[in-house]
Amino acid sequence: MQDFLQTEEILVNMGPQHPSTHGVLRLVIRTDGEMVRETYTHIGYLHRCAEKIGENLTYKQFVPYTDRLDYLASINNNLGFCLAVENLAQIEVPERAAYLRVMGAEMNRIASHLVSYGTLGMEAGAFTPFFYGFREREQLVAIIEKMCGARLTYHYARLGGVMRDITPEIARDTREFVRTMEQRWEEYNTLLSFNEIFIKRTANVGIIPRDMAIGYGLTGPCLRGSGVEWDLRKDDPYSLYERFAFTVPYGDGRMGTVGDSWDRYWVRMVEIKESLKIITQVLDGLPEGPIMGKVPRVLKLPVGEAYMRVENPRGELGFYLVSDGGTKPYRLRIRGPSFCNLSIMNALGRECLVADVVMILGSIDVVLGEVDR
Amino acid sequence: MQSYIDALIQNIGILQQVPPLIIYTAAILLGCAVVFGYISVVAMIMIYAERKVAGHMQSRYGPMRVGPHGILQSVADSIKLLLKEDTVPDKAHRFLFKLAPLLVFAGAFVPFAVLPFSEHLVISRMNIGIFYILSLAAIEVIGVIMAGWASGSKWSLYGGMRLAAQMVSYEIPMALAVLTVVAFSGHLGLHEITHAQGKWPWEWFASPLKSPFTAVGFVVFYIAGLASTKRLPFDLPEAESELVAGFHTEYSGMRFAYFFIGEYTAMYVVCAATAVLFLGGWNGPFPGVVNMLGKTFFLLFVMIWLRWTLPRLRIDQVIFVCLKVLLPISLICVIGAALQAVLF
Repeated sequence: MQDFLQTEEILVNMGPQHPSTHGVLRLVIRTDGEMVRETYTHIGYLHRCAEKIGENLTYKQFVPYTDRLDYLASINNNLGFCLAVENLAQIEVPERAAYLRVMGAEMNRIASHLVSYGTLGMEAGAFTPFFYGFREREQLVAIIEKMCGARLTYHYARLGGVMRDITPEIARDTREFVRTMEQRWEEYNTLLSFNEIFIKRTANVGIIPRDMAIGYGLTGPCLRGSGVEWDLRKDDPYSLYERFAFTVPYGDGRMGTVGDSWDRYWVRMVEIKESLKIITQVLDGLPEGPIMGKVPRVLKLPVGEAYMRVENPRGELGFYLVSDGGTKPYRLRIRGPSFCNLSIMNALGRECLVADVVMILGSIDVVLGEVDR
Repeated sequence: MQSYIDALIQNIGILQQVPPLIIYTAAILLGCAVVFGYISVVAMIMIYAERKVAGHMQSRYGPMRVGPHGILQSVADSIKLLLKEDTVPDKAHRFLFKLAPLLVFAGAFVPFAVLPFSEHLVISRMNIGIFYILSLAAIEVIGVIMAGWASGSKWSLYGGMRLAAQMVSYEIPMALAVLTVVAFSGHLGLHEITHAQGKWPWEWFASPLKSPFTAVGFVVFYIAGLASTKRLPFDLPEAESELVAGFHTEYSGMRFAYFFIGEYTAMYVVCAATAVLFLGGWNGPFPGVVNMLGKTFFLLFVMIWLRWTLPRLRIDQVIFVCLKVLLPISLICVIGAALQAVLF
C-alpha cells in the first residue's frame, strides 16, 4: 500500500519569468504540497558589469551609470558615488547643493517606498494599493522631472554639486506634495497597513531576529525592522544630514514578532513620513549660494582609496574607490544593499508556505538591477 | 416549463402531429440557446463593469478607447480570444485538457435551469431547486482540478490542489447556511423559499427581524459563495502573484474564454441564489424581474468591490476560516433556526 500511495516533493522554478520576483530573480523552491522545504536563490540575469564599466570610464562619465543600479533610487546612488569621489578628490560641495541633494534623495526615498508599498500589496493580492502608490509617485516624479528633466534615471547629483537649481514653482509643488502625501498616508494605512487580512499575511511571517539580521549584514528597513536602530543618516551623517531633525523608525513587533514582514513594511511606511519632514526642513532652511563646487575639467584623483556609504531606501549603499592617480578608477567596488539583503532569502524561505515566500521576498524589497549590477 | 409546452401543443393543431419527444428536445435546445445568449451578454457586461469599477476605485478610467467610454471593450476582447491560436502544451493530457473548460462552463451554466427571474419567468420549477444548484456547482470544481492536473504544469497543479482543499472547506458551511432557510420554508424549491419571504426587507431571511439565524446564515452563504467562485479574498487557485495564473496558466484563446465566462457565470449564479434564498428573490416594490436583477447585480457589485479592496488569504487561513469559524457558526444557526421554526 505504501508503495502505491506515495507523495513526492516537487522542485518548482519560480522565475526568472514570474509575476512577483521583482524582475529577473529566480527562486528554486523544493515543495511538499503547499509547504516549502527549501528555497535557493539564483541571481545574475541582469548582470551588466557595472563595476568593470566604472573602471573604464572617467569619474564624471560613471555618474549616470549609477542611476541604473537601484533604478528606483537613482539620486541616492548618484549621491553615494559623488561623495566617494569628492571625498578622495577633496572637492568642496556648496551648502545649497548639499541641501538640494538631501531633498532629492528624500524624494527618491519616498518614491521608492511607494513602489514597495504597492508591490507588497499586489503580492498579497490587493491590486488597488499599487495604483494608489503610483498616483502619488506620479506627482513626485513630475516634480523631479522639473528638477532634472528625467523620470527614472535622474542623474541629479553631480560631482561637486547638483545638476540644476530649484525654481519657486518646484518649491511650491513640493510643499503641495508634502501636504497631499500626509493625507494620503492615512488612506494607505486604512486600505492596507491595518487591514486584518494583510496583517494575517505579514505578521509572524519571515521573522528575522536581531542577531540574524546583523549576522547576515542586512541594512536599511530590513535591519531596522528587526529592532536595530541603525541609520547612516543619523549614525554616520553625510551631506549635512546632521542638521535635520527626524526620527528613525524601527520594528517593535506590534502585530506579531519583532522582525516579521509587517515590521519591515511598517518601517518603510513611517520612513515616508519622516522623509516628508526632512523635505519640509530643506525647503524652509535652503541657504543661498552656488549649486556647483569647483571641479576641474579633467578630474584626476590622487593615489589612494575611499569608501563612502549612504543610506539608500533599501539600505547601505557603499562605493569603494581605488585610484592610481589617473582619470579613471583603478578599482571600483559597489556594495549593494539589495544583494546583501537578498542573501537571507535562503534562510527564511524554508518550512513556510508558498504564499509566504512571495510575501517574504516582497518585504525584503530587492531591486534586481542592484543585486546583479 | 413543461406545462407551457403542453398548453402550446394543446392550442396549436400542427404540433399535435409531431412526436412529443421532438417538441420537448426542440424546446430544451431553444431554452439553452436563450440562457446561453443571456449569460454571454451578462458575462460581457460584468467584465466591462468589473474593469470600469476597478478603474474608478483605483483613480483611473478603465477601458476608454473601444467605443464611447470603452463599452465595446468586451466585444473586442471576445473577438481577440476567438482569433487567438489554440495551443495545447506537449506535456498536457490532451483529452482532459480539452474537456476541463467545457466542464467548468457547464457547471456554471446548468443552474440557470432552476433560477427564477420572477414568479413565472423560470425554466423549471424543480422541487429540489437549491439542492440542484449546490450539487451541480460542484461539477465546476472537478473541471478546475482536471484543468490543473491535465495541463502538465506545476503551477496549474498547485492551483487545482488549492481548489480541492478550498472546496471541501467551503461547501459544508454553504450547505448548512442553506439549511437555515430551509428550516423556515420547509421546502427545497426556490419558489417555495421565495414565497416564505415578504415584499419588504424586514420580511427577508437576511433580516435579523425575521430570524437572527438566517441573517447570520446569509453572511456565511455569501462568504462561502465568494470562495466557491474563486473571488478575492479566496482567489488562491489563480493567485497571480504566487501561481502565475493558477489552473488556467496553460490555456489560451477560446478555452481560456470558457474559464473566464464560466467564472462570471458562477458569480452570477451565486449572487442570484443568495438573492432568492436570503433577499426575497423577486419580491419587492418593483415588478418581479427588476427586483431580482437589482438584487443580483447589487451582490455582484459587492463582489467586485471586495475584489479591488481586500488582499488574499493564505491557504491555511482559508481552511481555518471555513472549518473553524464558518462551520461552527453555521451549525449553531441551523440548530437555532430549527428551534425557532418549531417553537414560534
